[in-house]
Amino acid sequence: MKLITAIIKPFKLEDVKNALEGRGVHGLTVSEASGFGRQRGHTEVYRGAEYTVDLVPKVRVEIVVDDEAVDGVVEAITGAAQTGKIGDGKVWVIPVETVVRVRTGERGSAAL
Amino acid sequence: MDLSAGDTAWVLTAAALVLLMTPGVAFFYGGMVRVKSVLNMMMMSFLALGIVGILWVAFGYSIAFGDDGNGFMGGFSLAGLGQLAGKLADNGGTYPIPALAFCMFQLMFAIITVALISGAVADRMKFLAWGIFAAVWVTVVYFPVAHWVFDFGDSALGGPGAGWLANLGVLDFAGGTAVHINAGAAGLALVIVMGKRIGFGKVPMKPHSLPLVVLGASLLWFGWFGFNAGSALGANDLAAVAFTNTMVATSAGVLGWLLVEKLRDGHATSLGAASGAVAGLVAITPACAYVAPWGAIAIGAIAAVICAFAVTLKYKLGYDDSLDVVGVHMVGGIVGCLLIGFFATTGVNSLGKDGLFYGGGWGVFGTQAIGAGAVLAYSFVITIILAVILKYTVKLRVSHDDEQSGIDLAVHAESAYELGDTGGGGIFAGIGHAGRIKAEELS
Repeated sequence: MKLITAIIKPFKLEDVKNALEGRGVHGLTVSEASGFGRQRGHTEVYRGAEYTVDLVPKVRVEIVVDDEAVDGVVEAITGAAQTGKIGDGKVWVIPVETVVRVRTGERGSAAL
Repeated sequence: MDLSAGDTAWVLTAAALVLLMTPGVAFFYGGMVRVKSVLNMMMMSFLALGIVGILWVAFGYSIAFGDDGNGFMGGFSLAGLGQLAGKLADNGGTYPIPALAFCMFQLMFAIITVALISGAVADRMKFLAWGIFAAVWVTVVYFPVAHWVFDFGDSALGGPGAGWLANLGVLDFAGGTAVHINAGAAGLALVIVMGKRIGFGKVPMKPHSLPLVVLGASLLWFGWFGFNAGSALGANDLAAVAFTNTMVATSAGVLGWLLVEKLRDGHATSLGAASGAVAGLVAITPACAYVAPWGAIAIGAIAAVICAFAVTLKYKLGYDDSLDVVGVHMVGGIVGCLLIGFFATTGVNSLGKDGLFYGGGWGVFGTQAIGAGAVLAYSFVITIILAVILKYTVKLRVSHDDEQSGIDLAVHAESAYELGDTGGGGIFAGIGHAGRIKAEELS
């Protein structure tokens, strides 16, 4: 099993969710995040005082999937989240030792 | 003289409108601070509502408008207010409204003047120190200064028992000196003694809610019609003049500030629009019944442009006037007071004067400068003394840790917003100290 973490633009969340549902993914976790990559931040002005906001708001999507599903899911995410402009985000994949379904105690792939 | 139902109704309504300005200030300032100090910011205004309301009855009205005093302050003959019942308002002539209606109208001015100061000391002032400051400051600064400016004694042109600035002929229809210059100078003095917020000029201190700021500015604009047009003390022509000038000067203020921002910073901001409205309102306050509408437009626009630059001075000069009480109220008040010297015309008010543009020469300007300077100097000096005394007795500031973690929680044991389930009041609500006791009882 693998954990796929995607950092995407907040307004792309709906598209990514739809794309993942189309791939048969039936569970994901979303959280608000902020950070910067090559996009860096922006400036805001309040009564003439300029503030540099270098952490840009992003959404983090986390999905645990079976090994064979990884490529398709990553493809779905990148396809849906892409605008072609700087700041589209990142996706990374790391191995997961095990998963437990809290309700039943099932382990491994059966718990996904 | 018989009571006029129309005049009485208007003055009582105007008093309620002016009252609404203090919660307006609370929203205006509350939106401008960070999430961790919204409630403290708003509470400073509410504490002023409590303290000044009581002191006004006890002796405040008497110090400001008592007949047994001198040019510096009224006496104590009206302390307690009971003797006002059944009397007509009497200040520079008799008005067909109850003396208590005038008294309540003037109370609202005293409250908001104190509330205005709170914007300078955002995020860091001990609540006890603020309460003591509010009570002492309003007593030794506002009440006498209101007497100087607003007490006309027996006739509209001053006389025995009138305030010395009123006798001098300083034109201040609704409080450019007594309210705005007064509050601004006090704010400046207070922050000089108190010092800067932790991280001032280094960490971002962005307004946490601009919609609240716009709401506050809107309430101020609405209430300000009571402030200015109510100062005519009757439902009459002068009230309509003041109302008109209040409206158009504020419109010009919005445009003036936005124009500066667009040209200087590249963007017209909502904070700028709200600030420009307030700058226009402040500046037209002393002038509202002495100038023609075109003069009001000029005053509003000029004040907004000057204030839009004045608010950046604190970064250059290094005083932390957190929400620009100095840059907007002191500077805007001075601009409004002085511009009367140019734009005043007896064409709209026979009790007014003709300024430079109406053939009146520099005399009016000179008198206005004395009025503005006197209030500024008195307020600044007395506030410095008061602030130093408080600093070395009860202490002016909350602890370093409390300021950094947030004054709302440290001082009021509350947080302004409950936005997520995992915050202090969500699913973890039972974990707090007081909450734990409750949770144990429940289990």
